[in-house]
Amino acid sequence: MASTILEMRDITKTFPGVKALSNVNLSVEEGEIHAVVGENGAGKSTLMKVLSGVYPTGTYDGQIIFQGQECHFKGIHDSEHKGIVIIHQELALVPMLSIAENIFLGNEHARYGVIDWNANEARTSALLKKVGLKEDPKTLITNIGVGKQQLVEIAKALSKEVKLLILDEPTASLSEKDSQALLDLLLEFKRQGMTSILISHKLNEVNRVADKVTVIRDGRTIETLAKKDISEDRIITSMVGRSLDDRYPPREPDIGEVVFEVKNWSVYHPLHADRQVIKGIDINVRKGEVVGIAGLMGAGRTEFAMSIFGRSYGRRITGEVLLKGKPIDVSSVSRAVEHGIAYVTEDRKTYGLNLIDHIKHNITLANLSGVSRHSVIDDMRELAVANDYRKKTNIRASSVYQMTGNLSGGNQQKVVLSKWLFADPEVLILDEPTRGIDVGAKYEIYTIIARLAAEGKAIVVISSEMPELLGITDRIYVMNEGRMVGEMPAAEASQEKIMRAIVRGEGKAA
Amino acid sequence: MSTEIAPAPQGNVAEEQRPRIAVSALTTNLREYGLIIALIVIMLFFQFTTSGTLFKPVNLSNLVQQNSFIIVMALGMLLVIVSGYIDLSVGSVAGFIGALAANMMVIWQLGPLSNPLVVSIVCLIVGGLIGAAQGYWIAYHRIPSFIVTLAGMLIFRGICQALLGGGSSVGPLPDDFKMLSSGFIPDVIGPLTLIPPTVNAAGKTIMGSGLTLHMTTIVLGLIAVLAYAYFGVRTRRKRERHGYEAEPFPLFIIKTLVASALALFLVYEFASYRGLPVVLLVMGVLISLFVFVTKRMTIGRRIYAMGGNAKAAQLSGINTERLTLMVFINMGVLSALGGLIIAARLGQAVPAAGLGSELDVIAAVFIGGASAMGGVGQVIGAVVGGFIMGVMNNGMSIMGVNVDWQQVVKGLVLLGAVIFDVYNKNKA
Repeated sequence: MASTILEMRDITKTFPGVKALSNVNLSVEEGEIHAVVGENGAGKSTLMKVLSGVYPTGTYDGQIIFQGQECHFKGIHDSEHKGIVIIHQELALVPMLSIAENIFLGNEHARYGVIDWNANEARTSALLKKVGLKEDPKTLITNIGVGKQQLVEIAKALSKEVKLLILDEPTASLSEKDSQALLDLLLEFKRQGMTSILISHKLNEVNRVADKVTVIRDGRTIETLAKKDISEDRIITSMVGRSLDDRYPPREPDIGEVVFEVKNWSVYHPLHADRQVIKGIDINVRKGEVVGIAGLMGAGRTEFAMSIFGRSYGRRITGEVLLKGKPIDVSSVSRAVEHGIAYVTEDRKTYGLNLIDHIKHNITLANLSGVSRHSVIDDMRELAVANDYRKKTNIRASSVYQMTGNLSGGNQQKVVLSKWLFADPEVLILDEPTRGIDVGAKYEIYTIIARLAAEGKAIVVISSEMPELLGITDRIYVMNEGRMVGEMPAAEASQEKIMRAIVRGEGKAA
Repeated sequence: MSTEIAPAPQGNVAEEQRPRIAVSALTTNLREYGLIIALIVIMLFFQFTTSGTLFKPVNLSNLVQQNSFIIVMALGMLLVIVSGYIDLSVGSVAGFIGALAANMMVIWQLGPLSNPLVVSIVCLIVGGLIGAAQGYWIAYHRIPSFIVTLAGMLIFRGICQALLGGGSSVGPLPDDFKMLSSGFIPDVIGPLTLIPPTVNAAGKTIMGSGLTLHMTTIVLGLIAVLAYAYFGVRTRRKRERHGYEAEPFPLFIIKTLVASALALFLVYEFASYRGLPVVLLVMGVLISLFVFVTKRMTIGRRIYAMGGNAKAAQLSGINTERLTLMVFINMGVLSALGGLIIAARLGQAVPAAGLGSELDVIAAVFIGGASAMGGVGQVIGAVVGGFIMGVMNNGMSIMGVNVDWQQVVKGLVLLGAVIFDVYNKNKA
């Protein structure tokens, strides 16, 4: 019987206002592949960051016992020293350096600071052979594909004499073929006795390689399934099994004719010209209707929305956008706004706000003509507008002259919403409108959405939180890998149904 | 007081806010006030060390005429830096425009086109085209502005020298043209002699004796001060009528009185010499225009938004490419004006005109509190920053400080001002 290599006990981690993990337990045996699954935001990545020392000891509660010893990692160096290596979702390679340079970055074979390139390259070749990558160690990272880059990351992990390899969504950006190769490699490592933790929400992969599955939901461990109990249905039920309570404001949908339509919409990646990100999507939204777009991270939902909104994403965009049955020109943001389309970004800090300016200026930015005459801003009118929206959306701040950078996430989100409400759109696309904000602010945002729908706006909500979509929308589209793979009235939808559509869609795409 | 006239829209919130607003009005304006106070302290320091030469009317006129081109270009540079860019080419563009103007007026026989006014207009247009050419690469091809304008700096200095045929200078320039820099506004009202000048034994008046005031300057100065006070009061009234808090009344009174007193003192100084320099009038008009554009106009607001977060601005429907282009066209026009002012002051075009002035211009903007990251900076700050540089140049020159050491001092002041800013920001 194999011994336990890692034991995480009662791990609790809180961020300001959010409890990301509460009493999570994870026990991994030596030599197994242990999958950790859960929805986006369930706490998988946070747990791994605790384990690898990204969140140092003292910032969380609970115990980490590795190879029989309690560990207090102060940083990623400590955990790597013990042989715990994590490969993050976003690859951490330097694109303009070679494979060999990347593998030994910060860990070079050197004497008095002078690098011994021959030793580095010889070792790199050996490592590349282990992971089955046929590339010259001198090749620059930028010149190899994502799949191979993933292998370089693994080779880098191997160079550190890894005892426990953690892979965070390793196949998220890989093609089917590369994913298969990677999973085979994991199985090969297992045969050689290595222990790994695989974080994934691709259940078919988990099914294929995992010896055990631990399901995490809402920052808690739900259960750990042994090999014989693993089935997609069981995992899905476990992943999403929670009831909808009164976290959502009640609303009486009053749905009219179709206002907004997108037909056969296709978009290519801005950098990789041959990668089609959006593959011929059709959607429609009615007056007073709240339509949800469900899907996992990387499904292409944000890319879809941004490409509609003034071609803010992608290249070679084709398709048609219709407003009340008439095709409209959305080739620039200002034209899209003129036609009454608004897009509230998922990343308010990067794309939504001018953080070094105050609330008032941020609210009026998308509709300056609404507070000016002959391009001269009427200060009083602007102030009145800002105060009005501050009250309407309940922005908690000392005054409208507070810098948006100093507001909490929820209040920042309300400022971004106010900005777009003042632009008075017909169609409002909300991308992850409640990401990273606390429960109370979420309810307020839902209330605003319900009110807008009642006023007859057409609303699209993109969200990775399925309960949220079920709670606030009238109809749900399911998107996966650039396609719409399902559409259902919210009343008939369930998390299982959505998850199933995604999982099936995944199978189809292969 | 104001709540009796009109109820504050925020109700109770406004009541709670009142003491805080008084404090925040002071702290938010501290940077601006601090800068003006620093300028005054520096001026008093040099007044003392130069035994009273600095504030002599003739020296003040010189000071303005020497530094006006820095301030004119700083207005454009402020917008460039607020947008998140930099322009290193302004000194070379100014030099090139000076050479172009001199050639058009003196060397090339262009007939009516050699008229100083026509030449000036052509030069401003050429400046705009230069700005457009540089801005095009920065805005639409995303070439870093540092690199594009570094290239521009080399290119236009080269063309400037080529136009002047190697190392020689071209001149003298027509007197009408020189008025731009060294002229004074005509006294249409007529001088007022308060103390008749002393007449020496030879029957000639002694220069600088007596006191005659340039009345047009006095009248213009009074109008400007009254207008300033009037608009200040009107804005306050308007805010109060809408039920919003303005800055505390005593603070407003003190601010207005101090500003007016300073302005009147300067007006008196100029009036007791030869009146208002033409270039100061040009500068004053431009400063007012840029304050208005940055504070009140939508394009100004968009520039700040673009500098604060270009992606967010773009996703708010702002055409950031076109805006960038316009900012650089504006910079080009003002560089050209700077070049004309330099040439007019020297009375000729020289190959070294404007050499290194880009650094003074950029320093003025940063001393004035602009952020190198973009999105932050005020026109008045840049102007005061420009004057701080100018007063230091002037004062140290009168004191006989070696030019080498002048640079050291200016460098230290720039560094100190920015450290002060960053320190303040971190504390807040």
